[in-house]
Parts: sequence; structure tokens; C-alpha cells
Amino acid sequence: MKIDRRSFLSFLIGGGAGTALSPLPWKLMDDSSIWTQMWPWTPVPEDGEASYVNSACTLCPGGCGITVRKIDDRAVKIEGMKGHPVNNGGLCILGLSGLQLLYGPTRVKTPLKRVGKRGQGSWEKISWKDAISEVAKILSDLRSTGQSHTVGCISDSDRGTVPRLFERFLTVYGSPNLMRTSSIIDSYELTLHLMQGVQASPGFDFENADFILSFGSGIIDGWGSPVRMFRANSAWRNTGGKIIQIEPRLSNTAAKSDKWIPANPGTEAALALGIAHVIIKESLYDAEFVDNYSAGFEDWKRFVLDKYGPDSVATITGIDNTTIIALARSFARASKPLAICGRGQGTTPGSLDECTTVHALNALVGNINKQGGIFAVAEPDYINWPEVEMDATAAIGMQKDRLDGAGSKKYPFSRYLLNRLPQAINSGEKYPLKALFVGDANPLYTMSDSKAVKKAFDKVPFVVSFSSYMNETAQNADLILPNHAYLERYEDIPTPPGMPKPVISLTRPVVEPQLNTKHTGDIIILLAKAMGGNIADAFAWNSYDACLKETLGNKWQVMIKKGFWSYPDFFVQTHEESFDTISGKFEFVSKETGSLKQFKPVNIEGDKTNYPLLLMPYDSIRLANGVIGNPPFVMKSVDDTVLKGNNVFIEINPKTAGEQGLREGQLAMLSTPVGKAKVKVHLFDGIMPGLVALPRGLGHTAFDDYLAGKGINFNELIGPVEDPVSGLDTAWGIRVKLAKV
Amino acid sequence: MSALDDNAKEIAEDAGGEEIATSSREINTKEQDNGAGGPIILFFIIGLFASLILGWVIFPKLLYSKKKQPIDFNHVLHVAEVEDGCESCHFFREDGTYSGVPKLEQCIDCHDEIQGISHDEIKFVEKYVSKGREVPWLIYSRQPDCVFFSHAAHVKAAKIDCVTCHGHIGESENLKIYEESRITGYSRDIWGKSIGGFKKNTWDRMKMDDCAECHRKNTANISRTGVKTPTNRLIGHIIDLVSPGTSVSNKGGSVQTERDACFVCHK
Repeated sequence: MKIDRRSFLSFLIGGGAGTALSPLPWKLMDDSSIWTQMWPWTPVPEDGEASYVNSACTLCPGGCGITVRKIDDRAVKIEGMKGHPVNNGGLCILGLSGLQLLYGPTRVKTPLKRVGKRGQGSWEKISWKDAISEVAKILSDLRSTGQSHTVGCISDSDRGTVPRLFERFLTVYGSPNLMRTSSIIDSYELTLHLMQGVQASPGFDFENADFILSFGSGIIDGWGSPVRMFRANSAWRNTGGKIIQIEPRLSNTAAKSDKWIPANPGTEAALALGIAHVIIKESLYDAEFVDNYSAGFEDWKRFVLDKYGPDSVATITGIDNTTIIALARSFARASKPLAICGRGQGTTPGSLDECTTVHALNALVGNINKQGGIFAVAEPDYINWPEVEMDATAAIGMQKDRLDGAGSKKYPFSRYLLNRLPQAINSGEKYPLKALFVGDANPLYTMSDSKAVKKAFDKVPFVVSFSSYMNETAQNADLILPNHAYLERYEDIPTPPGMPKPVISLTRPVVEPQLNTKHTGDIIILLAKAMGGNIADAFAWNSYDACLKETLGNKWQVMIKKGFWSYPDFFVQTHEESFDTISGKFEFVSKETGSLKQFKPVNIEGDKTNYPLLLMPYDSIRLANGVIGNPPFVMKSVDDTVLKGNNVFIEINPKTAGEQGLREGQLAMLSTPVGKAKVKVHLFDGIMPGLVALPRGLGHTAFDDYLAGKGINFNELIGPVEDPVSGLDTAWGIRVKLAKV
Repeated sequence: MSALDDNAKEIAEDAGGEEIATSSREINTKEQDNGAGGPIILFFIIGLFASLILGWVIFPKLLYSKKKQPIDFNHVLHVAEVEDGCESCHFFREDGTYSGVPKLEQCIDCHDEIQGISHDEIKFVEKYVSKGREVPWLIYSRQPDCVFFSHAAHVKAAKIDCVTCHGHIGESENLKIYEESRITGYSRDIWGKSIGGFKKNTWDRMKMDDCAECHRKNTANISRTGVKTPTNRLIGHIIDLVSPGTSVSNKGGSVQTERDACFVCHK
């Protein structure tokens, strides 16, 4: 028998027929189609029992209530909490992306001690016991040599139990140097103090207002409690409320407003005075309020009428005088007008003059402590801990001047002046800072003039970060004592800025701590116990959770059930009782600060010849620029006219670009007196000629690969400018020059 | 005569000789044909049978890997102990979702201590219960992620018995070997034990055609064209050609997605 080609072919044909009659090809086809539709490497969420946990978001100061959906032990979705007084079911893009922070790679997994040089990124793991005893030893040594005042602490807030535990610790230890990250709220608190004599936060009743005069506030760009503002903005569409946006650049808010009025940057206060001029001159103001409940009106009236006629204001602001008059009339005639300030997201305090003038507009139309107006909201007084017993060392330490100069002779009204800290450390004029605690804050990213801030940090021999994430400050710390992430811990969130009624939200563990972290509150208590003596006595609680539960008392059960406490018996005092100034009335001219000063634009850094253009930042809801950087989901939403690859775009008017010889998409070198950076050019008709705008929230060196190294941190290009009265950072921009690369 | 005869003989001889020559050539060709034809058929048959054996016998053995369940669970023993039958352990949660395979939480009431002396019981308590680890059960009926299946709709609303889809697993004393397709990672029970896809009982297979079979019969609003498997799509087309306009419109559909056709079951 001979096997030849024919028999081989015959074998193949037989094989083919047999295969077709067998399930092999059909089954293979079926399985491979299943395989290709369900790639095994695509993550598939586990099936399990669904449950919901109410908590509060802490990713920005907005204080939204959240409801987190869980499948068994894993959090799978964050939603806005229905019925929450701040956000009532809504949530912003950052809040929605919170799970990427909880489970993402940027978490600090265990306490870390620096091994190599600072900022080099070499760490060794250290046990909690060793970490706390190391901090306790350094603090004890400083205290025993009479240097307790050289210990400082930076926190993003001074409200709520955790910041208050820091404050209590520093007090009983003997240091006055607790500092809070500054924002427009500082200016507003100071304004309320000077004009109304109260220690309170501003509360805006947007829900009932019908005419919003916004001096650059990014109502839908993340100002105030972002989600509350979105909701208010949508409501105005239905109720016929008007928004007038005064801003040199067409922001999202300006684009969605009823009228956008581009004023020369930094002249907003002059415009407010011009509006006041028209209102007073035409007697459109609320005479009942002004006559009965205000003081110093006559002086102010004379000042305003003398110098701020529409014509002179038109010259300063670049706005037509008829526009100013029309604006003043419609503001005064609206049934519930409300003027607000704080540029963009309100992350910089701005000029105190501007804030007081805008507030005076509200007083002119009589909407102080009134529905649809602005309220002075005192901090909820639920934290009533026993007084600390200070020993001699603590008393001496507390007597020392604050390093940042807040409350000093120069700046008697300010409570915190974090912006002045780098300069105070670098100049060494007062005393050195020997140890610095950084709570929930990221000053190395968020403070302006990053280089000077870094230099100041380098001069502090011992920096401890309490960050849950490896942010810029943690990267440059000596010791990281990671806090639980916000979805793993209890914490109280008192009234977010801008809320007209007090509310306390409760952040609650949604999942068990995933890593070897510890609650910052617990660390403070443990540290106090390790220090012993009076310090330990001031912290009698066994744990932070016990402290919080005891502090909240009968509110605790309600908050566990509802997620927040909303003060049902809250009422607003009458005008007779609500002003605690020297005159007992609303003061148009504060008796504490004295005379009226003429409008003077903020002294922007840089000279006109070398730096012909003006650089200003802009904020977007799609770019987180605070303690938290953009998680990947939010990063995906950034337009490619904002960021392309690693290059950030500046916005510039085509006319100005033409003068500079720049085209769309071209690379350019941006130099300010503080720093320089390579940027790409984006031509934008919505920005005033002569201006250059750069987004905030980029240029991180920390966090994950989706964020680090992309774009430029605006704070590297600008330095602080002190307000003459408050000492707060008043810079809204800086002079700049652009050169082709 | 002799001369004639001789002549004729010669002719005959010549002719016969030729005849012989022809037939012997024929025989030669025939012999040659016979010699090659046998092997060709043989090879065809060898090829046929080899591939049939490969497809029906060897292929399934290669395709599926065999895995043992972490614990050999005895359904009979447990069903006797509980009151509510299957739903005692495979229950519906308060929100109407189905719990599926029980978690430790359900076992722990009885099994916080070792019950009896079986090897698997000791292993269960020591390895899983006391350490608080969930048992990594292998699930025979696990469907791909793109399939949306609601137990509530089928068991609660349509009153379908567990046995209809899952068979008599509740009457088993041992858990069978879990055969996992090396390509897809899903259990053999989805395609069915029979590699040829033949089924005798409703619970023999859990492919889309099996869902469609029942849906075609029992749901009014999802009829022939509602669930489009390759087979019933063809049927649907034929019906449309023969008597247009008789196919039932797609009303209703999924309660969750409020969508129809494919989206009743596919996300």
C-alpha cells in the first residue's frame, strides 16, 4: 500500500467532514466570542449585597452630604445625599470621583520616616508607636528648652473637632502658631467683624435672592459650596433671577450669566463705589435700614459722592458710564439683590477694601440678615470642652507673638496670616520655626510663590504631615502620619462657607480602613498622652471617636441616622441686636480702622516696561486646586484647549497675541518676576486684551501619573501682596511677559 | 477448406490475440485502480473518524480544566435541617436582590463549632469559619457580566421552580467537579454537559437559546422577534416574509432598563 498525495488529501477531506460534524468548530467559535466580549482582564465588579451609607464629602470645603453605595464591603459609587441642606442630592465631578482617592495608588499606606534627603522620596516604614514617641520626644525637648512657641501647625480649617484638637494641643503645649489656609472667607470674616462687630462667617441666601451682582465670583466654577451654587443657578433660570458677572474673562459663569461686564482687572472695588454713588445720588437705597441701623453713612456718602461719579469710575474700570448707571438702578430696584465677591473659587482673600465695599452695597439695599440677603452666621457652638489648665511654660509660649503677624500691632484684626509665614521664616526676623505640623492642608502646592514656600519649609528642621495622600507637602516632610481617608473615618464638618444657616455634617466610615493609617484626632490624643502632665490631662478621651461622640452629645444619634444636624431652632436676630460694633449699628466706615481711604488698585508685582502683560489665574470645576488634586476621572474631563499632553495653555486675546507675534498652539515662554514656565498659546476672544489667563490646579509634582508633571502650578508664578489693613494676600494677578520659544 | 480454415484460424488467432491483449490491458488498469482506491477511502475514513474522535472526545477534555470545590457540600443533609427549602440559604434580600451562594454569615450560626467528624467539615471550620475567610465557591451557573438576570423576576413573579434551571442539585450529596472552559473561564454547565449541545431537560444547558426557548413560549410581549438569538431571528425573518405584520410588537421589556429586545437581558 502506497501513501501518496491523494491519500493525504483524502485524509484531510475526511478530517474536514468529521470536524464539521463534531462540535469543535462551533464550540470554539462560541467560546472565543464570549472571550472577546468579556476580556478576562477587564475588571468586573463583584456581585453582592448592596447597601448605602450616609456620610459627608471633605474633598473641598463645600461640605456636601454624600450617600455611598456599597456592594458587600466595597464602596462602588458616591452619590449626593438627598435632603441634605447643602447639596440635596447633587454632587460635583470631584465628589463623584472620590473612590479613586480611596482605592487609588496615591494613598500613604503606613507611617513613613524620611531616610534620604528631603523631597528625595526615600522612606522607611515605621511603627505607629515609634512614630508617635519620636514626635513626642522632639516636642518635649523643644518645650523643656523654652521653645514651645517654635512649633507651628497648618490646617485647612479652624472649625470642627480635629482642628480644635490641634488648637487645644498647641495651647496647652504653649504655642500661638496655629494657621489656617486663607481664602475669601478670611476677608469676609474681617469685613463682618469691622462693619458688624461680629465673629462670624458670611451666609448667602442665594435660594431666595433674585439679582446676583457677582464681582468675579465663579458661581458655577466652584465658588462657595459648588453643588449648592449649581442648584441655585439652575433655580434662578426657573424663577427669573438675574446674574450680572463682572470679570475680565469670559468664565463659564460669565458665559451663563444674564450680563457679562468685563471690568479692568483689580478695579472691582471702584466699580462698587460707582454703583453706590448712583444708588445714593438717586436715593435708591433702603432708607429704613440706613437711617435706623447704620452709622457713618454721612461720611461714606460724602466720600462716595465726591469721588466716584460714573464718569471717573468709567475711566478706572473701563466700563461705559451708562452701563454703570443702569447696573446701579437695576441692582437697587431688584426685590432681593445680593452682591458677592471672591474671584473664581474664592481661594484667595483679595483686597479687604473690595470686600467691605461690596458688603456696603448689600447694606445700602438693606439686605443684611434678611431673606435673600447676607447673614452673619456664627460658628455652631457644640464644642464645649473643659478649659485647659496651662502650666507656666504654656503660658509663656502663648504670650509670644504669632510668627505670621496675625493680631499684631500692624494687623490687629486678622486671625491667621498663613501667606506671611514663608517670609517670616525666611527673614528670620522674629524667631525660627523648629517644628511644623501640617494637618489637612497642602501648603507647598496651594500657597503662592512656591519657591519661597519651599525655602521656608527647608528651614524648618522637623515637618510632620498628616496627609492621607502623598501630596507635595507630604513628599517634603520628615515624617508622615497618614490619616484615614475620608471614607474611612468619623469627623464633624461644621457649616460650610456661604451657608445662611448653621449645619453640622458627619463624615462617617463607609469602609474599614484599608491601610495602616490612624485618625489624626487619635494621633493628637496619643501624642498628648505621650507628653504627659498638663498636656495629657487636657486630652482625657480614650479615642477620637469617643471625643466626637461626647462632644456632639444628643446630636450624635440624629447625625448617625440623618447624616447631619441642622439646628431646627435657629433664628436670626433683629437689627437692634445683631450689630456688635462700637456704635451698635452697621458701620459703613469702621470706627476701628478709622478714616476712609481712596480707591487704590492693588499693587501688582512687576514693572510695565519689562512685563507688559497681566497674568491672572482662572478656576474651573474640572480642576481641583485645593488640598486634593484631580483624580483620573476628573483629569479626563479637562479640555484639550486647557491641557494637551504635558503642556498647559494660556488664554490670550487674538489682538494681544498678534502684537506679541503668537499663533494658536504655539509654544511660548511665560516669565513673571517670580518664575517662568513654558506654555502653549490658546487664542480666546473672551478675554480682555492685555491679559493672559492660566488655569489653577495643574502642575502637581505629587499624586499619580495622570496628574503629576502636567502643566504648571500657577502659584509658582505669583507671589503674595499684603493687604495694608488685613495683611492677607490680595494679589489677583502679576505682570508678565511672553516670548516665542 | 484447409486453406480457408487456416486463414480463418489466423484471423481468429489474430483477433483472439488482440482480444487477449485488450482484456489483459483492462485487467492491468483494473488492478491498478483496485490498488489505490482502497487506501483513499481508508484515509478518508481515518480522517473522518480521527476528527470525530478529536471533536467529540478529546476536544472537551482539552477545553475544560477540572477543579474541585474547596469544600464538598452536602445539599441533602442541609435541606433536611432547614425549613424553607432552597430559599433558606439561597434567599432574596430585603431589596429584592438575590443572595446567590451563601456567605459565611449564613453558615456561622451552626458552624461556629465543628459539626460531626467529616474531613470537609473540619476543613471548613478551621480554614474558613475560624479565620473569617469566605469560601471561594466555584459557581456552576455564573453567567458572563453582560447578562442581566433577575432571580426575582423569574422566581417571584413568574413562579419558576429552582429545578427548572438548576436541576436537582438540592438532592445531591456531593458537589460535582467544576469544569471550567480554558478559553472563557465559565463553567461547562452553561454550554451543557453534552458537548454536542443536546439537552433532555430544561436544566441541561444555560445558553441564550435556552432562555429564549422559555421566553418564546411563556412571555407575551417578548415573542419570536423579542429575543434575537441567531435561530429565532431566522425564524422571525421567515415569518415576516410569509405573513408580514404578524410579529408581536415589542411592548414592555425590562423593568430595570425599560428597554426591549436585547436589552431585557443584556446591559
